[in-house]
Amino acid sequence: MRILMENIHKAFGANKVLEGVNFELEPGEIHALMGENGAGKSTLMNILTGLFHQDQGKITINEKETVFADSKEAEEAGLAFIRQELNIWPQMTVLENLFIGREKRNALGVLKEKEMKALANDVFKRLNISIPLNKEAGKCSVGEQQMIEIAKALMLDAEVIIMDEPTAALTDREIRMLFQIMKELTATGVSLVYISHRMEEIFEICDRITVMRDGVSVATSFIKDTSFDEIVKQMVGRELEDRYPERNPKYGQTIMEVKGLTRAGVFEDIHFSIKEGEILGISGLMGAGRTEIMRALFGIDPYDRGEIIMDGKPVSIKNPSSAAKQGLAFITEDRKDEGLVLDFSIRENIALTNLESFAPNGMVKATDEKQFVKMMVERLKVKTESQETQAGNLSGGNQQKVVIAKWVGTSPKVLIMDEPTRGIDVGAKREIYNLMNELTERGLAIIMVSSDLPEVLGMSDRILVIHEGKISGELSKEEATQEKIMTFATGGN
Amino acid sequence: MKTSKLSTIWNKFIPLLALVGLIVVVTILNPSFMDPANIMNLLRQISINGLIAFGMTFVILTGGIDLSVGSILALTSALSAGMMVAGIDPILAIVIGTLLGAVFGALNGVLIAKGKLAPFIVTLATMTIFRGLTLVYTGGKPITGLGDSYAFQLFGKGYFLGIPVPAVTMILAFIVLWFMLHKMAFGRKTYALGGNEKAALISGIKVDRVKVMIYSISGMMAGLAGMILTSRLNSAQPTAGQAYEMDAIAAVVIGGTSLAGGKGRIAGTFIGVLIIGILNNAMNLLGISSFYQQVVKGVVILIAVLLDRKRS
Repeated sequence: MRILMENIHKAFGANKVLEGVNFELEPGEIHALMGENGAGKSTLMNILTGLFHQDQGKITINEKETVFADSKEAEEAGLAFIRQELNIWPQMTVLENLFIGREKRNALGVLKEKEMKALANDVFKRLNISIPLNKEAGKCSVGEQQMIEIAKALMLDAEVIIMDEPTAALTDREIRMLFQIMKELTATGVSLVYISHRMEEIFEICDRITVMRDGVSVATSFIKDTSFDEIVKQMVGRELEDRYPERNPKYGQTIMEVKGLTRAGVFEDIHFSIKEGEILGISGLMGAGRTEIMRALFGIDPYDRGEIIMDGKPVSIKNPSSAAKQGLAFITEDRKDEGLVLDFSIRENIALTNLESFAPNGMVKATDEKQFVKMMVERLKVKTESQETQAGNLSGGNQQKVVIAKWVGTSPKVLIMDEPTRGIDVGAKREIYNLMNELTERGLAIIMVSSDLPEVLGMSDRILVIHEGKISGELSKEEATQEKIMTFATGGN
Repeated sequence: MKTSKLSTIWNKFIPLLALVGLIVVVTILNPSFMDPANIMNLLRQISINGLIAFGMTFVILTGGIDLSVGSILALTSALSAGMMVAGIDPILAIVIGTLLGAVFGALNGVLIAKGKLAPFIVTLATMTIFRGLTLVYTGGKPITGLGDSYAFQLFGKGYFLGIPVPAVTMILAFIVLWFMLHKMAFGRKTYALGGNEKAALISGIKVDRVKVMIYSISGMMAGLAGMILTSRLNSAQPTAGQAYEMDAIAAVVIGGTSLAGGKGRIAGTFIGVLIIGILNNAMNLLGISSFYQQVVKGVVILIAVLLDRKRS
């Protein structure tokens, strides 16, 4: 299948996500799509596969202009999209998953088990994989689940398979296997779109690469004609130094100390301390236990052993309410699920952490509340017409600002930020970095967990690297490089 | 989805418009509906369901449900009647009975919050337990001989400024609960819990404590309703309050509160209580069989939910 996407534009409300993207795909090629979070990769692929429709621009498939009414139509035309969040029903068997919604049955509606098994075995043979068909899908490894998805796509005779971060949760062995299968697929004329952040993998497996930045396709090149540095330059669009505001930290006293914090099987013997005015970056691979440590510090999850010392005094943190009382604040990685009440207005969300102060005897003082929220909205530059706007209607960047506002309003001593700029646009990112600087200048300490290495390097004064639940290295700002962090993060030294 | 301001206001008033429409239709069909005597009668009829439904509104706003209210009503009624028979001052017995309702509700709340159990299951179990205890305590027979204390009689049957005392009690309860829900931090926490429990917890809200409070309120309202019923019947009936939870849930839903939690208003519940009450009252006036009344009530619930679905 030959696909050509020309000058694609797409906006969600006032939020312009794509502003002129060109993308092409040849039969049998593996085409990498790269770009930072929020560059518009997923939106582009969602348009290609019929979930969204472009506002402008055209899509040509095999020399014919095409508009898919919905994702089902795209699927029938042979385009499969394997998302990062796999479409697996964990309590059903592998076989049931393979045929979900497309079960083979006879005239009476009885399932034709034998026929389905035969078909499944054929596909598995083609992919050279062996997963028992009666295994519960939830008990399969992530790698196996991904294979199930690929098998599903092939059973639909997909000619184009789009994979969004397929290797993010795979082991090295599974990645090898996936690459093998990808090569075999292209040999039979299937084309693959490979969305990934992992440069090494792209250089190993892909034929071409298209780099996106801020909703625009910057360049398409053959892998053999380009280089790491070239692609980083295209992705970032400017030198690294420019993306982060300059930091001139002034440290005060040690405000928080953590000693021997352990939760069996999750994290072990976590030791660190942080001073007023400092940004401590926490780096590590997905699943290393970073978020779990932060959740334990904030009293959301329990810990087995260890000590938390605030301002020189050991404290006991049993739940988020007592953590907040000790001067901690926590901006979670998932703002929609854990940060905001989406049905609440901006005002109600910001007020939620501060109810004690406007309602000292239980009665909410509406004028105090409005004034406070107004101040926070202005301070954080939340773009909104009114503080009564529902949080669910805001853009990602504005939602994140509301979450930050609700915690900054509590005047915390230590602010934990888990993936503070995930999924928000570059402009809002810069505003959040500026705000972090402003807060630390006033003596606040920030613990920043981030998977975005340039962000960790750009904003942290000191970096802790976590590997399999343990601190595997500590780096000062001066000595830290991406390579050193990655070495610690993968368990090397 | 963004909704325009106009449609938001329109949606907010759907239950109210339905109520006004219903009153107009009923009055045209039978003008005696508007007789002051009938209106007072109506107010007294709805007061028990009103009290229970107000408490239920808090529970449903958090995404929970309380099936045990009918049994709490019966148990508190039996216990307070027992106290009166034993010679305890009737007014004191009423106060204790109401507070016992709160205690039984708190038990639901603790099991749900600390035991991390589904509200439906917990209150289904306590519904049976409280009913069983009522039967054990009463021996399955009504408790009578509650004495002829004037104040006690007044509580269920009397009038205050021409308004039935149960209706006055209901309106006072409404004002207090409305204030708690819309003007106090507690109400804000209730909505937050229903809207996103995880976010509420991480925001430092003591989610467990709020849940216990909410189920206590529901139990207390059921207890208060039980006291009114005891006075009206001048006895405690072991089978009192059966299926009352259903009428209360129906009123909350008709009033536009979402069973998923987070969205809804107690004023809507009041309208829901009035709609159910007027339907019953009017169908009696029009001589429609009580068998049909059930059918109509069910249809109204379905319409209310369908309208709600359209809104969101």
